[in-house]
Amino acid sequence: MSSTILLAVTLASGPLDAQQIRAREQPAADSLGTFVRHSSLGSDSLLRRETPSRETVGRANATTLTSQQSPQGTPPRSGMYMNIGFSGLMDAGWSSTADVQSLQRGDHDPAVRGFTVPNEEITLDGAVDPYFKGFVDIVYKIDPEGESALELEEAYILTTSLPANLQLKAGQFYTEFGRQNQQHPHAWVFVDQPLVLNRMFGPDGMRGQGARLSWLAPTSWYTEAMVTVQNSLGETMYSFRSEESSEIHGGIPAEREVRGGGDMVVVPRLATSFDLTPTQTLLLGVSGAFGPNNSGASNRTSVYGADLYWRWKSATAGQGFPFFSLQSEVLYRRYGAAEREAIDQATVTLPRETIGDRGAYTQVLWGIRPRIVAGLRAEVASGNTTSFDSELRADRTRISPNFTLYPSEFSKVRLQYNYDDRKGIGRDHSIWLQFEFILGAHAAHRF
Amino acid sequence: MKTIALLSFAAAALGAPRGTTEPLAAKLSVVATTPDLASLAKAIGGDAVDVKALAKPTEDSHFVDAKPSHIVTLNRADVLIEGGAELELGWLPPLLESARNSRIAAGAPGRVVASHGIKMLEIPETFDRSKGDVHALGNPHFMIDPLNAKIIAADIADHLAQVDPKSADVFKANLQAFNTALDAKLAEWQKQLAPYRGAKIVTYHKDFVYLAERFGLVVVETLEPKPGIAPSPAHLAKVITTMRAEKARVILVQPYQNRRTAETVARQTDAVVLDVSQQPGAIKGTDTYLDLMDHLVQTLVNALQGDK
Repeated sequence: MSSTILLAVTLASGPLDAQQIRAREQPAADSLGTFVRHSSLGSDSLLRRETPSRETVGRANATTLTSQQSPQGTPPRSGMYMNIGFSGLMDAGWSSTADVQSLQRGDHDPAVRGFTVPNEEITLDGAVDPYFKGFVDIVYKIDPEGESALELEEAYILTTSLPANLQLKAGQFYTEFGRQNQQHPHAWVFVDQPLVLNRMFGPDGMRGQGARLSWLAPTSWYTEAMVTVQNSLGETMYSFRSEESSEIHGGIPAEREVRGGGDMVVVPRLATSFDLTPTQTLLLGVSGAFGPNNSGASNRTSVYGADLYWRWKSATAGQGFPFFSLQSEVLYRRYGAAEREAIDQATVTLPRETIGDRGAYTQVLWGIRPRIVAGLRAEVASGNTTSFDSELRADRTRISPNFTLYPSEFSKVRLQYNYDDRKGIGRDHSIWLQFEFILGAHAAHRF
Repeated sequence: MKTIALLSFAAAALGAPRGTTEPLAAKLSVVATTPDLASLAKAIGGDAVDVKALAKPTEDSHFVDAKPSHIVTLNRADVLIEGGAELELGWLPPLLESARNSRIAAGAPGRVVASHGIKMLEIPETFDRSKGDVHALGNPHFMIDPLNAKIIAADIADHLAQVDPKSADVFKANLQAFNTALDAKLAEWQKQLAPYRGAKIVTYHKDFVYLAERFGLVVVETLEPKPGIAPSPAHLAKVITTMRAEKARVILVQPYQNRRTAETVARQTDAVVLDVSQQPGAIKGTDTYLDLMDHLVQTLVNALQGDK
């Protein structure tokens, strides 16, 4: 359904003539221009401001590359229509276990004793035309073995003017399930991915190719209903038809082609929010993800989740401080596994069974005073007893206090301690220091 | 058949990228990002509009939470008035993205960007964040100059009339009344502050630059070493030295700024800390822009008088 609309939108935009689009582009690019002016051209050695006349200031481009200035003094405009931002994360630390990767399973977690560069992210965004906004996020990272890897985290368009309070997103994007799964590592408030999200959605979170339709309800309080449809194949579809899913069901993954609409992953979500007082806001959400898995030819997975976010911010907040927030997510996965051959023992056949996993985390943040935040996160994860053993489904708890200092809006230093307790393995202690820097456009903060 | 229906649905949607400009209700719903802009909208719109401000008068308008209730407010708005010049950069874009309201899209008649008509001060020569969080378009705290408020009021009247042409005469009359009142007040404020031309003041952030420019005051230091950077002991020591040398004895502090830092400096320089605000409603009895400016000028005059 969503993809049909997308197709229709694409087709219908064809006949518009280019000039018409260009004429409409200018105003639409305006708010974007504000971003660009701020940030994307921020290298002072290359850039000089033009003569500070009212006209140039009022227009989108108050800067130019001096070396490329045209005879009329009109600055070149390419690049002005896009925000460019870069965020670099660096970690350093130590863990009591030498096998750090068994502990820190997230793709963007600190994962070795010593130094990790887990997430160097370039973001591009802007108005495509009067109808669409575009967003691209490309991550370069160095994995625990020291190898470089490139990921297209997100690349999608978002409609700006559909009727009836509808909005369509299409492309490659983080699945809108719960709260943290939609966030990029740079927006996380702890150095690592929550255990439960790692178990349900894999090391890189749940994201994929597809479309999302959202509807803002005409209620006096915020209520948004959305449904995402994405392909079920690929490593970031961990609970569905991912090659990595042997980690969940212990069998050899069954390979097959897409047979019909039922082979898509469908993710409905409902979110609602209330201002409890002028300084307190509560946001609640429920999500589900339903699709095929590859334990057999026709087996399905369902993931259910509920999330809560509460935030208090002082009425006289300076730079957004002081504040206090609580965030919690609970997830349950029902994985219908087929009768399958064990991946690690050729002669063993595992029986048809239901694999149930659950987990939750709660984290509190206290913005003590400008640019200083203390946090505490508590997590649990567990799985039911099945025909095969996996440490990835064993009971585990983790407690993580942390402390973050923001020298400015564009850098942060975070110190985090993890106390880990894995059933059958034992207790571990880790300490991680994280540093982040931002160049160019700084993405605005969503609630 | 279903596909054709969807196609025509999408085509209809694309055919009207700006949506309708017809107001939703009898009264125009006007949303301003900050209370000072909301106050002007109330003065110009009068009974023909309902005005809401997103930021609280007491909070730092650079750092407003992009909370979901604001999405609903913006979704229903006929007109949005923003300060511009990156004041709301950290929180307005995601709200607008979620609000999906083409009546207030950039460039639509329902979108007022206050900074557009303003002669901006402190436009940086180079873009360099080692100099702090300097706004590339210049200092966005321009509403504190009454002549800028006049420019913005006219801009608001113009946009309101475009969105609601049948009330255009009302807006025009209200604008005239506002200008008359403001002109009278401005003459009064200028007379009151005239004896203190060249008086030295200190502020927490670079937020009273336009006021100083209008009334001939001199901001000799800010407690923040660079915009958005927290005061360091070394910088405060320098501020104290400068204040003693320049005989600056007034420190302006807004409700969300760290008053204790200002008090520490004031104790060592025989200065007074003045509780002022740029937002109507933050201080009791300052519900409109004119009340606010009145309070600000009176507070300054009283302090500078005592200092003489």
